[in-house]
Amino acid sequence: MNEALIYWLQQGLNALQLGGIYALIALGYTMVYGILAMINFAHGDVFMIGAFFCFLLSTQLGLSFVPTLLLTMLGTGLLGVVIERLAYKPLRQAPRVSAIITALGVGLFLENFTLALSPYPKHIPTLLGNVTWNLYGLSLSSIQLVIISLSLVLIGLLDTIVHRTRIGMAMRAISWDKTYVPLMGIPVDRVISITFAIGAGLAGAAGSMYALAYPVIDPYMGILVGWKAFICAVVGGIGNIRGAMVGAFILGSVEIMVVAFLPSTFRDFVAFTLLMLLIIVRPYGILGKPRVQKV
Amino acid sequence: MRKTIFLAVLPIAITAMQLAGCGNSTHPQDTIKVGLIVELTGDMPAVGASSRNAAELAVGEINAAGGIAVDGKTYPVELVIEDNASKPDQSVAAANKLISQDNVVAIIGPNASLGAIPAAEIAEFNTTLLITPWSTNPKTTLDTSSGKPKSYVFRACYTDPFEGRVLARFATEKLGAKKAAVFYDVASEAPKSQADLFRQTFAELGGQIVAFETYTTGDRDFSAQLTKIKSAGPDIVFLPAYYNDVGLIAQQARRAGIKQPLVGSDAWSSPELIKLAGGAVEGDYFANHYAADIATPAAKKFIDAYAGRYGNTPDDVAALTYDAMGLLSAALKKSPALDRKAVRDAMAAVADYEGVTGIIKFAPGSGDPVKSAVIMQVKGDKFVWVMNAAP
Amino acid sequence: MIAKVSVYWNRLLERRWLVPVLLASGLVLAFLVPEYHLLSVYAQLILMYVGINIILAVSLNLVNGYMGEFSLAHAGFMAIGAYTSAVLTMKVLPAADFPLLFPLAVLAGGAAAAVFGLIVAVPSFKVRGDYLAIITLAFLMIVKSGIENIDFVGGPRGLSGILRLTTLPWVFFWTVALVWLIRNFVYSNYGRGVLSIREDEIASDLMSVNTRQVKFFAFMLSSFCAGIAGALFAHLLQFISPRVFDIAKSTEILIMVYLGGIASIGGSILGATLFTVLLELLRPSTMASLLSWLPAAVFNPLNEHFISHLGVWRMVIMPLALILVMLYWPRGMMGLREYRGFVPERDKDAHRHTLPEAGLHEHPESD
Repeated sequence: MNEALIYWLQQGLNALQLGGIYALIALGYTMVYGILAMINFAHGDVFMIGAFFCFLLSTQLGLSFVPTLLLTMLGTGLLGVVIERLAYKPLRQAPRVSAIITALGVGLFLENFTLALSPYPKHIPTLLGNVTWNLYGLSLSSIQLVIISLSLVLIGLLDTIVHRTRIGMAMRAISWDKTYVPLMGIPVDRVISITFAIGAGLAGAAGSMYALAYPVIDPYMGILVGWKAFICAVVGGIGNIRGAMVGAFILGSVEIMVVAFLPSTFRDFVAFTLLMLLIIVRPYGILGKPRVQKV
Repeated sequence: MRKTIFLAVLPIAITAMQLAGCGNSTHPQDTIKVGLIVELTGDMPAVGASSRNAAELAVGEINAAGGIAVDGKTYPVELVIEDNASKPDQSVAAANKLISQDNVVAIIGPNASLGAIPAAEIAEFNTTLLITPWSTNPKTTLDTSSGKPKSYVFRACYTDPFEGRVLARFATEKLGAKKAAVFYDVASEAPKSQADLFRQTFAELGGQIVAFETYTTGDRDFSAQLTKIKSAGPDIVFLPAYYNDVGLIAQQARRAGIKQPLVGSDAWSSPELIKLAGGAVEGDYFANHYAADIATPAAKKFIDAYAGRYGNTPDDVAALTYDAMGLLSAALKKSPALDRKAVRDAMAAVADYEGVTGIIKFAPGSGDPVKSAVIMQVKGDKFVWVMNAAP
Repeated sequence: MIAKVSVYWNRLLERRWLVPVLLASGLVLAFLVPEYHLLSVYAQLILMYVGINIILAVSLNLVNGYMGEFSLAHAGFMAIGAYTSAVLTMKVLPAADFPLLFPLAVLAGGAAAAVFGLIVAVPSFKVRGDYLAIITLAFLMIVKSGIENIDFVGGPRGLSGILRLTTLPWVFFWTVALVWLIRNFVYSNYGRGVLSIREDEIASDLMSVNTRQVKFFAFMLSSFCAGIAGALFAHLLQFISPRVFDIAKSTEILIMVYLGGIASIGGSILGATLFTVLLELLRPSTMASLLSWLPAAVFNPLNEHFISHLGVWRMVIMPLALILVMLYWPRGMMGLREYRGFVPERDKDAHRHTLPEAGLHEHPESD
């Protein structure tokens, strides 16, 4: 095959992998936002905790990939519920910004607490067979394949839950209206807890898959990725699940393609300028609908 | 009520801080106070932890031997540890505190240049000796406005330009590389200097730089840059990166099909690297401050003591911090008095100090040590000495 | 007892002559302290940090508290001010030759930051809320990445050798001047406009508030102040690099603002002071010497198990304190309340009514 073509295909594959990771984290942001209209800035750090759970389970208990993934999702899901109950629920009637700042505080707490326990970066053992297939010069690794497919599966699952189940219907109802929906007998607190559990569970899944692909983890790993995933959620139209996915693949492709085309020094500069312009041109995100403000 | 609290916060706090200092300075001087500024929090906590461990080990050994005799009187050493959160403003605050509140006789640290450069300015201004173990940026020991060396600032390591040149020469002459790719962290000062000097020297020696790629601190996905490097077809990849980044980059590079040798800087030098890189750096080379396998008896003793106390082999920051402490105690022993000027003069006069990282002496009028680098190779779970190198 | 003191204070604060007298004596003190070493160099440095952080917090409060937006760009504006002034005093008008031009260099830093403030102000005409937050975040990353690519100012290696021109009197002067400026802005017609935008932008538009003009001025003023703070910061640290002005710096300023309280100048001053001072007080060595009066039976175990580990744990304690403050005072310690000294005479009675608590609930529109 043509060398240039292979180069571009390879970069496309890289973009898919990066986008898949961003998507999994962005989903958590967008779900919580969709229901509570609250930006959970601690989400990136729950993702980090997920990677550390994965590390502990695989090294201390010696579990294999599937149980590690499931237990990690369970663990971070619980963590999400605990955070919601202790730190966010008392603030539900308070101004939105106080919840955002609390979330920032929770994030900083998680980072520095993990750091205080051990400052050294950790290595995640190879949990999945690490095979690289070479197709006419195009290298495709088993990890890439797992990440891309698993993230698509989880996104599909989430979309089904939100649009096809009773709990999903309750979530959508609460996001529609917070005054009258509770009067109709929908247990708001429980639905919100479940939302947090699912969002944090996804972050746990993202954390453990991330740890597979990028097997060195440290307490600050969630910050940059978290902010970027937040950007994805907003670009796609915050509160919109398919939007988060679209935003994630856009950011992933932009980051990869800027490096492919231009000197990599300019990556952040160009990528963020493009994103800024995109938001200015379409202020409500790509799949978001313009908000009609009642006067 | 609230108003009263509001009006009282600042005066009370400032008084408290003032008192915290005064309480100490009224005691008669019965210990030698040494300040240590390290990166316990912020984005390089592992550096700070190693540095603190080594300093505590060194102080423990000094005190177990009875302390340091200055001018006929023996004093135990007291270490005052300050965190700088890997930030320059906190480094300046910590340096000021150590100098004006705690009355330390000298400061060890900070390690990263981001904090070491501004802290060095403070030390120079207040005529207090500062020895940075690990800051390789030339600006740390240089008074940038006059271009002359600072007189109170010393370092235990060599500098970035030196290392960049050493590695370029090694790559051309020993590895026979004609085409090199460079991949470094654009947001970090040391790798940038090393990358620039490598590029310059490699070109002077007749080589060709086929790719000059960057990433940013905190990045974890390097696939786009690595794909680009792979398609440029270099003979070697120069990777001046911190060891946790190397762990990730090397694994992704191998997965992307880059089989060429990687060449790295002193920031590779942690036994953690082998764990973190999971075999992906097997056979690769890097420049280092010392070689554990051809270590002198003194170095062996340090390595064993450190491993015995903390359970891991010391990395380069630990070895250099230990040497910085050793340099300081050698200077103190020769100093005629416990005042800062005398200690600084004794430090400048230290000749051929035999440290863990080799024999250290200072060029006249400069805080930069004259020492050579060693080139190491990763073999199995060990770093093996290849050669000593000077540019 | 405390109530009596408080009444006395209130009565004292009503006096018109008090503020100028306090400020004048403050300025004199600011000159005397370094001259006669009334405070240690370290305490002076912390005072200067407090001043710079007050400028940052008060100016960010203008956008985040009074106008109700969520800006993350403040560290970026700081960077622009810092780099502009540092280049001026190092390369264009070397401060070694023209030391008197320092205030002009600082002003230039502020002006440059204000110009870049347009980049955020103009999109804010169209974009609000979380989308504007993203624009400010992107702006911050662009500034950092931009500076990294300019070799003239040292790129990622930073700019060193900046002269130490920031002194206690200068910090005092700029802090007072800028807080006064923002206070006057907040209580001017534009300030009412800013508040009305937070409450309801469309309604205020209909009530013939020129929302564009108001936003324009608010963003420019806020970034101008951040630029000046950056310039002071650069000439205090003598070394700046793009990494100094990253998202962590912005988060720090956000914490000061929300800790102290939104839409309150007094609150921001309190928040900035508390944050800066607490970080220093929580240093292990400071804590140890502050508590050394305790009996050894209490002090030694406390020191061994707690104080000597504070180096790492203080960064755990700070966010915990923030969370607790938010849970008990969701609007920050002085949220929506103002220190009476800052409220103009004509607003004293109306003050509580002009800042309705309910107004801060933004009703998320359903998609």
